[in-house]
Amino acid sequence: MVVKPLTGNYAAAYAAKLSRVKVVAAYPITPQTTIVEKLAQFIEDGEMDAKMIRVESEHSALAAAYGAASGGVRAFTATSSQGLLYMHEMVWWVAGSRIPLVMTIVTRTLGPPWNIWTDHSDIMDQRDSGWLIMMAEHNQEVLDETIKMFKITEDPRVFLPGMVGLDAFILSHTTEPVDIPDQELVDTFLPPRRQPYVFKPGDSLLMGNVPRNLKENMRMREDIHNSLEAAKKVIEEVDEEWGKLTGRRYGGLIECYRCEDASHFIVGMGAWVGDMREAVDSLRTNGIKVGLIKVRYVRPFPREDILKWVVNAKSVVVFDRSVSAGSAGPLFLDVAAHLMTAGIHVPVKNILAGITGLDVTYEDIADAVLKSVAEVEETGKFSRFIEWYYGR
Amino acid sequence: MPVTLRDLPKEKLLLPGNASCPGCPEALGLKYLGMALGKKVILVVPAGCTSIIQGLMPGGAFIYPTLNVPFASSDAVAAGVSAAKEILGEDAVVVAWGGDGGTADIGFATLSGAAERNDNIIHICVDNEAYMNTGIQRSSLTPYGAWTTTTWRGKRENKKELPLIMLMHKVPYVATASVGYPLDFIAKLRKAASIKGFKFIHLHAPCPVGWRFDPSKTVEVAKLAVETGMWILFEAENGKVTISPPSRPYADKSKRKPIEEYIKLQGRFRTLTKDDIKILEKAVDDAWNTILKLAGK
Repeated sequence: MVVKPLTGNYAAAYAAKLSRVKVVAAYPITPQTTIVEKLAQFIEDGEMDAKMIRVESEHSALAAAYGAASGGVRAFTATSSQGLLYMHEMVWWVAGSRIPLVMTIVTRTLGPPWNIWTDHSDIMDQRDSGWLIMMAEHNQEVLDETIKMFKITEDPRVFLPGMVGLDAFILSHTTEPVDIPDQELVDTFLPPRRQPYVFKPGDSLLMGNVPRNLKENMRMREDIHNSLEAAKKVIEEVDEEWGKLTGRRYGGLIECYRCEDASHFIVGMGAWVGDMREAVDSLRTNGIKVGLIKVRYVRPFPREDILKWVVNAKSVVVFDRSVSAGSAGPLFLDVAAHLMTAGIHVPVKNILAGITGLDVTYEDIADAVLKSVAEVEETGKFSRFIEWYYGR
Repeated sequence: MPVTLRDLPKEKLLLPGNASCPGCPEALGLKYLGMALGKKVILVVPAGCTSIIQGLMPGGAFIYPTLNVPFASSDAVAAGVSAAKEILGEDAVVVAWGGDGGTADIGFATLSGAAERNDNIIHICVDNEAYMNTGIQRSSLTPYGAWTTTTWRGKRENKKELPLIMLMHKVPYVATASVGYPLDFIAKLRKAASIKGFKFIHLHAPCPVGWRFDPSKTVEVAKLAVETGMWILFEAENGKVTISPPSRPYADKSKRKPIEEYIKLQGRFRTLTKDDIKILEKAVDDAWNTILKLAGK
């Protein structure tokens, strides 16, 4: 174990190396590029026993990683933004094939106009595909969760691919001290690769030909859904196990901050959760009992965990860094739907902020929450359920 | 080494009762692929007729392990599979089997990328000269003058010289083949499988449905393409071009049959004018001149 100053991108690269990835296929895109560069260096320096396929596009990056994983080895790729959208077709194909592999997403907004700053539009665009989707708050979590994601996705109860998201620049290019576990520890933690099937010469295995029976086809979709539900338990178990080995337990699908006696809740995910913690502290010094629910896994969605905390809440404010245009923020839509179906009638509001990378400070978050809480305390409800927040 | 019938395995790797149309050239090609490479093959199939020919899940007419993959991905998936098999030390021949669309159009960037990286795979372009699976729409490999459902009065552009484009990628092996000459195709497949790196084989595949000819005439049409000089069989090892035996006589223009013999069998050429035929004849001469120059003749 050694503590090193690492950017979020290098944390992801170290995690892939420690997970003994055998094939890396990636295409550079800002702000993901330094992940591919670091992995190429590891491989060329002989520090990592893997093959690098230097593909000509992101569509091919995921296609090649998928081919390698289907052939029976651990595969890894990473991308951002337009690159993720370009490989979107493959994103669905990998999940539909039930082939575990891990991809790092350095979240970045989508064009036009050209813009390299963070928001969550790219990763949230993938949320219906059947992948596990995780968002990290800091670089240690990037490293830990990438290693854990291999174990979770290769668990027979799951057998699906997984994404680990980290915010562009705020994490990807910011150096933080990161505890890098020993190779022996990771080897103990991570068993040899398991997957539902492997393509081998002489073994008549057909994947993906036209179905005779559409009921079976629909059942395959339901299976993916059920496996994501089953993944909730696996995520908790793996979090527990990693916690025992490293002392770092995150809490499974969500992490709570000052929730125990909270009457108002903030829900958010990604790097700005760090700012949300500061905002909670600041609001609490003003006597407002606010708690923070950090969503770690967007898929599977932590329905039970969130409901448990907010069942007696006075209000819930969900921060989204992307929007499903014409409806609302995707995190908000999930939270609202699950509250409704659980019969929990709590005022819930969506704050859309930080979209296109617009800077959001902890003071901004505290300001927006303070006003929202004041409205609920006064009127018992929110007058509007969506607020586009541009700063103070 | 020329291949003879005696060299071929009896075991069928394409099962009867598959979902190909009567007279399907792709079914012929798939049969020859099995004969040539046996059980070493892992097949990667982008969208196209072969997605259908293999039959319905959970069954299937292929003995070879097969990954069906999105259109523009086959060579990249194949490169990944090939890398995995090499790491695991398994003796496999990974074959991307795409149509003219999956190879020359929507799949072209992926093809070119794999070729430039010299990924250890064989790409076979099964060229039926239009998007047959979606209902006979033109492709960049549809010949000048051919009717399709997106060129009702005949295509106005020329067929892209894909084998030459692949030759210019400087890959270890490029060949053309035809379903009318199975032994030539099989010999080329076996040679390709013995070479490490990227191999490209362009298989001419006359389609009775899309070209509008009688399904009993697939092989006859395929042979006529070679005999009229409209399709030239050659191979290039490390860039050295050799004209293959079935095409050798037609290096001499006087030995070639008139292209009308090839054209008149096909409904897709029924709107051709005399001027159009002259354009096609000139294209044949130009193609031969290029190949002969490349072959150092």
